[in-house]
Amino acid sequence: MVIGLLCLVIVNGITVFWAPPVPVAQIDDGRTVIGQLAQRRIRAGSLANTPLYERQYQVGLRELNGNSYLWVDEAKVKTETFPADILGLERVENGPAFVRPQTLRKSDGKILAITDPAFEAAFQAEVAAATDVREKLVEITRHRIGEVNSEMEDARLALRRAEDLKLTADITLLRRQITGLEARYAALLAESEKVVAGGAIASLVTRDASGREVVIPLTQVIRGWFPNRLDTWGRFQLFCSRLGEFIFDEPREANTEGGLMPAIFGTLVMTVFMSLMVTPFGVITAIYLREYAQQGAVLRIVRISVNNLAGVPSIVFGVFGLGFFVYVLGGSIDKLFFADQLKYNNNTPVFGTGGLLWCSLTLALMTLPVVIVATEEALAAVPRGMREASLAAGASKWQTIRDILLPASAPGILTGVILAMARGAGEVAPLMLVGVVKLAPTLPFDAVAPFLHMDRKFMHLGFHVYDLGFQSPDSDAARPMVFATTLLLIALVVTLNIGAIWIRNRLRARFKGAAF
Amino acid sequence: MPATMNPATSRIQVRPSAEREGRKDYISIRDYGFWYGQKKALEAITLDIPERQVVAFIGPSGCGKSTLLRNLNRMNDLVDGISHEGDITINGRSIYDPGLEVISLRRRVGMVFQKSNPFPKSVYENVVFALRVMGVRDRSILDEACETSLRKAALWDEVKDRLQDSALGLSGGQMQRLCIARAIANRPEILLMDEPCSALDPIATGKIEELIHELKEQFTIVIVTHSMQQAARVSDRTAFFYLGKQIEYDTTEKIFMNPSQAQTEAYISGRFG
Repeated sequence: MVIGLLCLVIVNGITVFWAPPVPVAQIDDGRTVIGQLAQRRIRAGSLANTPLYERQYQVGLRELNGNSYLWVDEAKVKTETFPADILGLERVENGPAFVRPQTLRKSDGKILAITDPAFEAAFQAEVAAATDVREKLVEITRHRIGEVNSEMEDARLALRRAEDLKLTADITLLRRQITGLEARYAALLAESEKVVAGGAIASLVTRDASGREVVIPLTQVIRGWFPNRLDTWGRFQLFCSRLGEFIFDEPREANTEGGLMPAIFGTLVMTVFMSLMVTPFGVITAIYLREYAQQGAVLRIVRISVNNLAGVPSIVFGVFGLGFFVYVLGGSIDKLFFADQLKYNNNTPVFGTGGLLWCSLTLALMTLPVVIVATEEALAAVPRGMREASLAAGASKWQTIRDILLPASAPGILTGVILAMARGAGEVAPLMLVGVVKLAPTLPFDAVAPFLHMDRKFMHLGFHVYDLGFQSPDSDAARPMVFATTLLLIALVVTLNIGAIWIRNRLRARFKGAAF
Repeated sequence: MPATMNPATSRIQVRPSAEREGRKDYISIRDYGFWYGQKKALEAITLDIPERQVVAFIGPSGCGKSTLLRNLNRMNDLVDGISHEGDITINGRSIYDPGLEVISLRRRVGMVFQKSNPFPKSVYENVVFALRVMGVRDRSILDEACETSLRKAALWDEVKDRLQDSALGLSGGQMQRLCIARAIANRPEILLMDEPCSALDPIATGKIEELIHELKEQFTIVIVTHSMQQAARVSDRTAFFYLGKQIEYDTTEKIFMNPSQAQTEAYISGRFG
């Protein structure tokens, strides 16, 4: 069953990026449909021995049709043809579109008809130019304006503080600084408007299935392809391009399109931090329990508690993380170190709200029993003779643990960490409470000191799956992405585990060979 | 505590042999009794072990000989619920002296176990382990100690080209000799051997017995063995234990040729045990 599920996820996850030919379907009632076949299913209420099918076409053009998907009775489809002039478009807004292009207006104002043999090349060149424009715009609005905004934020905060404390000299200075920043902001805004204006000329005049004229500005177009003209190599290139976007770009359209870069990165960073936190803590606990603690009733209770921790539902850890880590610990950190920020920034918390640090800690707590138990087992599995030999050579208890027991049990400890990682990376429920969000404006890692922002909220693949599958306004559009995201999450967990297993096997190779 | 002496210099010094000569009660066990929890394992043991001699402990399984051996460097401290009566002194000082740290005792009393137990480290690191835990960092001292110990353990020629290889790749006999090299690397005064040859073939056993003869020049050796022949071959004095009691303790010659106790004779001639 697991294998079946995996196959389902893999097949569905990969075919999302494959571009099949797109039919033009003539339907009984006189309608024409241009759209990619999304799925085929037995109609509800049809007889079991004579099943009637219905087809779902992805027609796109949500802004005109109200919905990107259309169900059609198979029996009512008269003909299906695959004309070469069908164009598939991926757009920044309103999802994809399947249209018949008529004319292309290039950036230099020239107009090219579809019959022109240079049409396709010119179209792809304009799409590339539009992509450049969009990237330039992102550079200006997101990065440079973002920088100005963050400086402005700091300056305003400082100003409020200066006003509060009546530091006249500072106030003048800061006001001047803010004026300067406002000027910079205005300049950037003007620049971005110029870029937008420069890119706004190019557009595509098309007709939809019913013959309506649709004008699509090329700045809206991310990718365009002629699905019925492509050969296999072309389809493969398109596949790679889409897959690349999926992995390396940021999401669009309420996460139903675009890439998953922030979510991949967030999942990875959080899992790594969780492992970094749970390993030392778990190993130290296990060493204490196994080597130092007095065997007795108290130790038994501790052991039972540890084992019970493993059985606590993960959402409970989330609640604990929210109550203890976020409110108590984070709140205290804010009070101690960010008092100014709280006072002059409308009580906006820094660490007193969900974030990467608290997520990692919460999951570390959740996976702690796994590491403790694995470490204890590994320590117990070290041959008694080795321990005795070390002690007989005059090593102290701690030297024996450090030099002999820990290295010898490292593979076992790593097994525990692998299990912890596998459990932690796929966990969603507690994270929703302590810092994972649908869309994080910034990565937890950037070029601004201190580079790694443990206080920031972040995106997570697991949560992404949940959000796409169950919270998305357009569930049909989100469905393929759910598969692809699931596949990616599985791939990420597998990759992390393979890495850890590789390290473990290398360690094992060092200790093996005790031939008897 | 070795912190008081400089471990670096103590490595190079050769102990004047006159100082070690002659002490007849180098290890002195007096009215020694020992319990594992409620179970009495040893009773009224009294024997003296002279310096630079080999003493063999023989007796049937469960007679307490290993327990006694393991008490000489307090390895039994690892077991819960132990207790003892009487006293053991080494060179006049009680091993239970509260001022004596068990670590420094173990540094003076090396031990070789029944089953060879090399660490999963390189041959080199195995040998110098005791020096490392004493805090010796000087590479030349470590190198020298490694070579000397391996030579003494008659292993140098076999492993000198693979010092950095894992010790777990050695043969069983080599591993046991490596464990001996490890036990003598920090130049203890006493070497305890708990059936060191029980898992070895006759050739490896022969090598180790030769080794014991050579090591005797420098160390006081206490060996537990199940092999009468081995006890006869390697030891100067032999103690026979039965059911936790010391039945007879005398020169090896006397024990094997003319034992004064009927039980000893019966055991040696193979009639029981």
